[in-house]
Amino acid sequence: MTGTALAPKADRAPAKTRAPRGRSRLADPAVGVWLAAAAVTGIGWIVVAARGGDFLTLTNVVGILQNSVALGLVAVGQTAVILTGSLDLSVAYLISLGTLVAATTMEDGSVVTGVLAVLALSAAVGLANGLIVTGLKVNAFIATLGTAFILRGWIEENYTGPAGKVPASFQHLGYDRMGPIPVSLFLLLAVAAALWVVTRRTRFGHHLYATGGDEHAARLSGVRTRRTVIAAHVLCSLCVGAAALFLASRLGAGAPWAGTEARYDLESIAAVVLGGTVLAGGRGGVAGTLGGVLVLAVLDSVFNQLGVDPFFKNVVRGVVIIAAVALYARRGARRPA
Amino acid sequence: MHAKQATHTMLAMHGVSKSFLGVRVLHGVSLDLAAGEVHALVGENGAGKSTLMKVLAGEHVPDEGTITLDGRSHHFSHPAQAQAAGIGIIHQEFALLEHRTVAENVFLGREPTRYGLVDRRAMEARTTQLLTELGELDITPRTYVRDLSVARQQTVEIVKALASDVRVLVMDEPTAPLADHEAGLLHALVRRLAARGLGILYISHRLREVFELSQRVTVLKDGRHVTTVRTRDTSTDAIVRAMVGRELSAYYPPRARPEEVGETRLTVRGGGNTRLRGIDLTLRAGEVTGIAGLQGSGRTSLARALFGAAPFTTGTMTVGGPPLRPGTPRRAIRAGIALVTEDRKAEGLALRQSVRDNALLVTRAVPDRERPPAARELTALLERVRLHARGEDQEARYLSGGNQQKVVIAKWLAARPRVLLFDEPTRGVDVGAKAAIHTLVRDLAKEGLAVLIVSSELPELIGMSDRILVMAEGRIAGELPAGASEEDVMRLATASSDGPEPPPSTDPPSRSDPPPPSAQAPHEGTAPTAQEGAE
Repeated sequence: MTGTALAPKADRAPAKTRAPRGRSRLADPAVGVWLAAAAVTGIGWIVVAARGGDFLTLTNVVGILQNSVALGLVAVGQTAVILTGSLDLSVAYLISLGTLVAATTMEDGSVVTGVLAVLALSAAVGLANGLIVTGLKVNAFIATLGTAFILRGWIEENYTGPAGKVPASFQHLGYDRMGPIPVSLFLLLAVAAALWVVTRRTRFGHHLYATGGDEHAARLSGVRTRRTVIAAHVLCSLCVGAAALFLASRLGAGAPWAGTEARYDLESIAAVVLGGTVLAGGRGGVAGTLGGVLVLAVLDSVFNQLGVDPFFKNVVRGVVIIAAVALYARRGARRPA
Repeated sequence: MHAKQATHTMLAMHGVSKSFLGVRVLHGVSLDLAAGEVHALVGENGAGKSTLMKVLAGEHVPDEGTITLDGRSHHFSHPAQAQAAGIGIIHQEFALLEHRTVAENVFLGREPTRYGLVDRRAMEARTTQLLTELGELDITPRTYVRDLSVARQQTVEIVKALASDVRVLVMDEPTAPLADHEAGLLHALVRRLAARGLGILYISHRLREVFELSQRVTVLKDGRHVTTVRTRDTSTDAIVRAMVGRELSAYYPPRARPEEVGETRLTVRGGGNTRLRGIDLTLRAGEVTGIAGLQGSGRTSLARALFGAAPFTTGTMTVGGPPLRPGTPRRAIRAGIALVTEDRKAEGLALRQSVRDNALLVTRAVPDRERPPAARELTALLERVRLHARGEDQEARYLSGGNQQKVVIAKWLAARPRVLLFDEPTRGVDVGAKAAIHTLVRDLAKEGLAVLIVSSELPELIGMSDRILVMAEGRIAGELPAGASEEDVMRLATASSDGPEPPPSTDPPSRSDPPPPSAQAPHEGTAPTAQEGAE
């Protein structure tokens, strides 16, 4: 029946069965990035030791962790948004505004009202971001860039410099320690743990991954993808609010440059990506992000101890990020083999 | 073979009509299905099978007609409603999350919870149970979908449907992405599902499996119901006749006379890649070679391979000279090959650029150093293809489909090709422009170009071609002379893979197959206006 000049059936080995391969745990970016953090620490220790310094002192380690708190909070929130395939570029200005709102509210009122005001502001900004992205169908990059501009305009119009004053009682968050460990680190760990549970163990978390992984498939399976994206934005902004509160406590006042000077917007995305979360969404997680934050913080600390110039420092950071993502991409490409 | 004979009607679709942008693609189609029945749905490309199934699955809202399931009438406006009513659909493109586990996919959207958290254990236990019931013991709930073969991914899709208690399972060409032995396993699975009392609507182009599996067959043609017959009371020939029965009415320019066919322009020997196997092909100057085949048979892959867009990885290809290294479209253009792609808007034109910029796209990108294009030539060229536009400055997106296609052809003619490949040359083109394009293609052949046409419209293919190569499952299943009948073509195209095979491909055996071809497979029914409205 089949046409002309065809050779008899050849005995082909069954070709298609791709048995689940025992994937090395090392291949998981979330594990890899922690190993990288360990490696960077090791190298830093050697390099600093070679110069006669001592890298792994308690003060230094605690310092690294303390410096990770603000970026960690933002990056953990950013992870939730990026997992859905969205993005948040407004975080830096939200932090600035958050510190200002916290400090000015606390100056006149109580600490509690200050905290609530910041969280309410954050939730509102997150909701706005989510609605713009899902409702107006504006690309997340543009949408959150737009809200960033709006927040910036608001800040520049209303605040000329540091404003407000944080009461001493609230500064405990920024400066107190339990034993050698800063209290603020517990804040980060609590937020990160909460987000880990939310992303990994709740239905919402599953839908987060599904929406980022394949929005069409998710919708066909009955997932309310819009709500998921909106909720992710709110969650992210709440984490950013927490970061703002922490920074306000450290600074003792609100500052218009609190979020922008350290470039928390791009820095947080870098940490997320370094931690193995795919920018397109659907893969990755909070654990990796924390690893990414740690790598960046350790690098910073090493450079500070060595006193290298900022140019070299930034070059290395850039190379590390690009190399990491290139590595993950290679892994992804090799996958179907 | 089947366990139960049809007892009572479980699902009935009655008088379903659907139009897209004023083009009617379904004309009052009716269909019924009994519990435990496998009901095959067949028809040519564009007959409306997929559209009908998408109506059933709630992806399209019908203009007219009713759907009754177990005596209750339904109006689905969202896939989730159809799902809740018990209708599951296995698409040609899987709706699975590659980077999630089997269990997570199966329960996506309905994850069981315990104390507010997802009950992973319950989810995995239930998945295991369903997999065991189906006898699929090789899949574990914790496996990532990306690590499964295409066939197993399909099983996961089926399990996903079963997990939501489906009554009716629609399978749209389920064996298209599968290898032979996998298709056999799927057939067994389909029988087991029917034995459990599910009603199965089975869309397939492979008549052999239709006869193996189904109790009844419904034939659709041009969006109309042709016939529904008991499978055992009919024959392959009768089905094929019902599928193609239409007159060859359009006018086609006269074919090439033997003396007009000239030297060999392009040769492929043993060409193969992940989608193609053992391709031997010769294209000659002055001749129009037609490529027929069903969707997913490798028609488009062949054109793309010749053009270097998804090159051959084995075999040799020569274009009037030393063998061409497989490579890139750029290399193919330099060798004198041009490809008018199937998807004009996405791959053929820069829609927001002018007619002039579009027509010069190729010559600007791959300049001919000896003969740079002159402005005067462009005007002549546009006249040559009989473009109707308000001027050379008009943006391409404002042109009609036919005129857009003419711009694409002009773009390639500007590069002075020697081999011209057309993938669906007249898709989404109105009747008048269609005839103009047919005449133009024939004229170009007469001028000494070697022309290859891929088309799913059989009348066009038969009318235009000096010879027809029929593809099936990535191979050339046979060659037919000019003027072959549609039945001949369909018979070759629907020949199942159980038939003889060509010599084993020279692919290194260690390399296994690519990700599901479904990702790139053309999907029927998603753009009905383009294909079906054209007639």
